[in-house]
Amino acid sequence: MVKSLTKRFEDLIVLDRVNLQIHDKEFIGLLGPSGSGKTTLLRILAGLEVADDGVVEIAGRDSGTLSLEERRIGFVFQHYALFNHMTVFQNVAFGLQVKPRHARKSAAAITQRVRELLSLMQLKAFEDRFPAQLSGGQRQRVALARTLAIEPNVLLLDEPFGALDAKVRVELRRSLREIHDSTGLTTVFVTHDQAEALDLADRVAIMNRGIIEQVGTPLEVYDAPQSPFVFDFLGHTNAFDCIVRSGKAYVGEKELPLDKTIRDGPAVAFVRPHDVLLAPADGRQGETGTRLPGTALVRFISALGQRAVTELFYERRLIEAEITRESLQGLDLRVGSKCTISLRHLRVYPRREAEQQTRVAERAAVRPRKRRRFRDRLPTLR
Amino acid sequence: MARASGASAGQGLVPALSEGPRVRAALIVVAAVFFLFFLLLPLLVVFVEALRQGLAAYWAGISEPEARAAIRLTLLTAIVVVPINTLFGIAAAWAVTKFNFVGKNLLITLIDVPFSVSPVIGGMVFVLLFGLPGLLGPWLAAHDVKIIFAVPGVIIATLFVTLPFVARELIPLMQKQGTDQEEAALMLGANGWQTFLRITLPNIKWGLLYGILLCNGRAIGEFGAVAVVSGHIMGLTNTMPLHVEVLYNDFNFVASFAVASLLVMMAFATLVLKTVLEARAAWKLPTLP
Repeated sequence: MVKSLTKRFEDLIVLDRVNLQIHDKEFIGLLGPSGSGKTTLLRILAGLEVADDGVVEIAGRDSGTLSLEERRIGFVFQHYALFNHMTVFQNVAFGLQVKPRHARKSAAAITQRVRELLSLMQLKAFEDRFPAQLSGGQRQRVALARTLAIEPNVLLLDEPFGALDAKVRVELRRSLREIHDSTGLTTVFVTHDQAEALDLADRVAIMNRGIIEQVGTPLEVYDAPQSPFVFDFLGHTNAFDCIVRSGKAYVGEKELPLDKTIRDGPAVAFVRPHDVLLAPADGRQGETGTRLPGTALVRFISALGQRAVTELFYERRLIEAEITRESLQGLDLRVGSKCTISLRHLRVYPRREAEQQTRVAERAAVRPRKRRRFRDRLPTLR
Repeated sequence: MARASGASAGQGLVPALSEGPRVRAALIVVAAVFFLFFLLLPLLVVFVEALRQGLAAYWAGISEPEARAAIRLTLLTAIVVVPINTLFGIAAAWAVTKFNFVGKNLLITLIDVPFSVSPVIGGMVFVLLFGLPGLLGPWLAAHDVKIIFAVPGVIIATLFVTLPFVARELIPLMQKQGTDQEEAALMLGANGWQTFLRITLPNIKWGLLYGILLCNGRAIGEFGAVAVVSGHIMGLTNTMPLHVEVLYNDFNFVASFAVASLLVMMAFATLVLKTVLEARAAWKLPTLP
């Protein structure tokens, strides 16, 4: 559990009064773009950084007062931080060997425990190899085995799949979930990949510029994003400028359905590409949804697999629509043809740009010239 | 240029970075001549001069009491200085690379001072500090502690001159390695001492040995700073390089070159060790992708 956590690097506020409750045995993902503070939050949970303000509580006790032994936290580093001069076996055994004498198991018991973990992680054949002789996925599994060896209650993972290629990534996702379910760990992981977070986690905390924008199950955050940022971050987005007048939103003269009351003024309607429905320009009503006035011009079509992505010009802006191949053929759309647009499942937010601009300006006032040593490295830049 | 040399005729494409045979030959000859005249010949001269009057004279040159005293003092200096500067180097590199603190950049700069000032100035500083007219001189004299023109002065001057070697070798290495592995060890329950002995030290050991070798080489060979503080007292405060100079100035060429040849052999042994270590380090730590 995190209470009002604040962290500054020099004058840059990395975490701004963050609150987060993590339940026992939960699998939670911290999701956000680089620079959002998610890795810093994870490192504070681990005790690797100290917060400038606020407390981390574990089972009701301030973790700062707990010894490492009592905290029982395992941490898997983004680039694994394997001990290069030790074999796989020695890496996994390390946490067991450095225990104080009275708590240490016998050498035979350590060997047995390490062997167990290695076979659990399918690393048995590699126990005498050095980390440099392993593939990325194998290194990741060594890092996991090494951490599990100390039998933590809480497992923290920093971009666990960031440095792996797509196929290995999905495999390891599954095995991580299985380990979580079979060991009864509480797991917190950091990722910038929304698909990964939504796929894996029980709950997702979406972070942006040092604050948590929304916490919820993957379905909750995807279906009911509470802020434009969350909506935008969780998938492709089309944005329409609109105006809210006496509780109703309008694009031009067309009224848009509102799912909640919004104060009057400029607003933005967000809609996912697969919720943009297309119909022939001759006025025939195609599918349901809020039909927008006027027609759009097809600018680009990319048909890959079952889905076809079309880019349309509407009111001097680009709209992305994702439709099935069948309906593409049914509409007989090609580049240069015209169609009408209907929207469904759209969400209207008050225009926060203005608000956000002032927030940026506020921060700019306290922000130093350069970004110092940011912990959120881009994992794909390897 | 490669094309103009005609090497490409009949061979198809020439790699962009290759030179023609004539250019290559010229470069090799230049390098070989340079190597011969500036490296090999001077070394040979040392041995030729040392053995000019036969092995007996050579042996006499290095076994006379003053020569033996000089050898002893040089070895003593190295034995005292190298461990101290090794410890200092590790501590400084550890502090600079694994922690953040105020004045860190200043410390890094200060470590380089002995490299950037002339060794003679290094010696002078200590004369001004510990010498009779110096800052602490009267106090030291009153308590009958002799530093300048005595063995402690030689050791202190050598300490100063060789201070940066280990730290300079380790700092870039440890900066490159970062703190990830140390943090991992801490998260696995290791304490600071275990982390240092089992993680940090093994990771830096080749660089450390290399730094120690360089430090040792300089400690044995240092002339300028030691010359200022030692006072050239034969059999007492003369190190090997100083002894060589004294003998040479006395026209005792055979003995002078005999002692010099010992220095050359020590330096050569250091270089061989260094090469072996570098080869081992490259073999031992395959670079991670």
